[in-house]
Amino acid sequence: MSEQPKLQIDHVAKRFARRGSRDLFTAIEDVTIDVAPGEFLVLVGPSGCGKSTLLDLLGGLDRPSAGRILLDGKEITGPGLDRGIVFQQYALLPWRTARHNIEFGLEAKGLPRAERRRRAEDYLELVGLAGFGDRYPHELSGGMKQRVAIARSLAFDPEVLLMDEPFAALDAQTRESLQDELLRIWRETRKTILFITHGIDEAVYLGQRVAVLTSRPGRVKTTLDISIDRSGEDVRSSEQFRHYRHEIWTLLHGEVERARAIERETANV
Amino acid sequence: MSSAMVSSAVATAPPTPDVGVEAPEQAHTEVDSRRRGFAAVRRFAVASAAIVAFLALWEIAPRVGLVDPVFLPPFSTVVDAFVELVRTGAMWEHVSASVFRALIGFTIAVGIAIPTGLAIGWYKPVANFLNPILELFRNTAALALLPVFVLILGIGEESKIALVIYACSFPVLLNTISGVRTVDPLLIKSASSLGFSPVRLFQKVVLPAAVPSIFVGIRMAAAASILVLIAAEMVGAKAGLGYLITASQLNFQIPNMYAGIVAIAILGLILNAILVLFERRLSRWRATI
Repeated sequence: MSEQPKLQIDHVAKRFARRGSRDLFTAIEDVTIDVAPGEFLVLVGPSGCGKSTLLDLLGGLDRPSAGRILLDGKEITGPGLDRGIVFQQYALLPWRTARHNIEFGLEAKGLPRAERRRRAEDYLELVGLAGFGDRYPHELSGGMKQRVAIARSLAFDPEVLLMDEPFAALDAQTRESLQDELLRIWRETRKTILFITHGIDEAVYLGQRVAVLTSRPGRVKTTLDISIDRSGEDVRSSEQFRHYRHEIWTLLHGEVERARAIERETANV
Repeated sequence: MSSAMVSSAVATAPPTPDVGVEAPEQAHTEVDSRRRGFAAVRRFAVASAAIVAFLALWEIAPRVGLVDPVFLPPFSTVVDAFVELVRTGAMWEHVSASVFRALIGFTIAVGIAIPTGLAIGWYKPVANFLNPILELFRNTAALALLPVFVLILGIGEESKIALVIYACSFPVLLNTISGVRTVDPLLIKSASSLGFSPVRLFQKVVLPAAVPSIFVGIRMAAAASILVLIAAEMVGAKAGLGYLITASQLNFQIPNMYAGIVAIAILGLILNAILVLFERRLSRWRATI
């Protein structure tokens, strides 16, 4: 990689004070990942690998205990519109229509009303929800809500899109169709995407590169380049797909076992 | 090549595959709407049946001697008394006196309690510090304090309005505090990740999220205002529905007493209906109303 990475996570660690204990709890330790401009990188890890902690650090909602996070070479020191976050639970404002939810981030950016309206319309169309702008979140299905959330995060044109298990709460069919939609949107917008998941299939299907995290504390175990042909039918059943799937499964399997052992240990203490 | 990939992705994924699964409205036919109209009439009939039965019982019981008509005159007699009170202007005098006191007290209470509640709820340490004492005050029946108010403010308008303010403040205050404190943390997290300042975060997320809860408090306050006011008027007043009821009882004008009670019931219903309407306008986005 000769060009400068879009996002650099550089030896980042995060430790928390634990209630009733003097030693610190290490959520993530020495995490180093570079994400190239326009890359689709998936982080996959077992529960307790510090995914949410890492996301808070990337979002600027918390500061790392050690290491740095750089966006375009500049250190992240707080929240900002150069990063868009998509949450698992959508985080839509229930009192705003789909259109006004998309405009929410644009208000933070300080755009004039007419411009906000125009952009919201564009992004509703991008996520396939043209004509649904006046619906309130409770009038939309889970998949449609997540489309609105994606549109909202893209509309203010962030440098990177951070996605925190965005499809985990959806049913299998909706999830698969949204994965395809996301890949299409990624190709159309050429955004850098950091996608966090615990689903191996999802990681293989979406990622150009998959980083496997360890559990407690979260570290990067390996990164894998994924090169599969996604143009065919039922890609998930192809030989290549199964090969990657098995490789990641093997890497994760040990971690899941280890996480369970740690849980048992802490429960016995 | 990238465009080829795009089009193939579009082809395999219909643009809105999950649309319609939960889309609530369907185009309805004429038969449908007629059936709906019929259903509405039936629903109205069912809803009013209990009230009609109650009024019929009220009419018949005194007439057939089940109860003493002197103490419980038939409903029609009460209606006559009501009409007579309206005709002489006495009813209006009493209603306006009560409504004036209730509205002044209610408005002052809401005007003070909402901003105070927002401030207390937003600063968690303050909320933790003040909540126990507020709970204590709220659970002290307002009427128990009536003698205190009379002692300090005299028997005139001030003590009655002060009592209404007291009774209305706590439901609004406590519901506002809890409304602010129970805003979905994810919404706050999501908004702060967009870089909103605390003030704008409050204005754009916390305040609208707290509206439904504030409204619960307002409706509780409205009911409380009428309740304590009528009681206060029964103790000492020269006008008002509470006064009408006790004075009629003392002068043995029993139909007038019931007319006053009916007026209170109607007033309460109207007040509640206005607030429900207002609430719907403000929270049209909610699924459950």
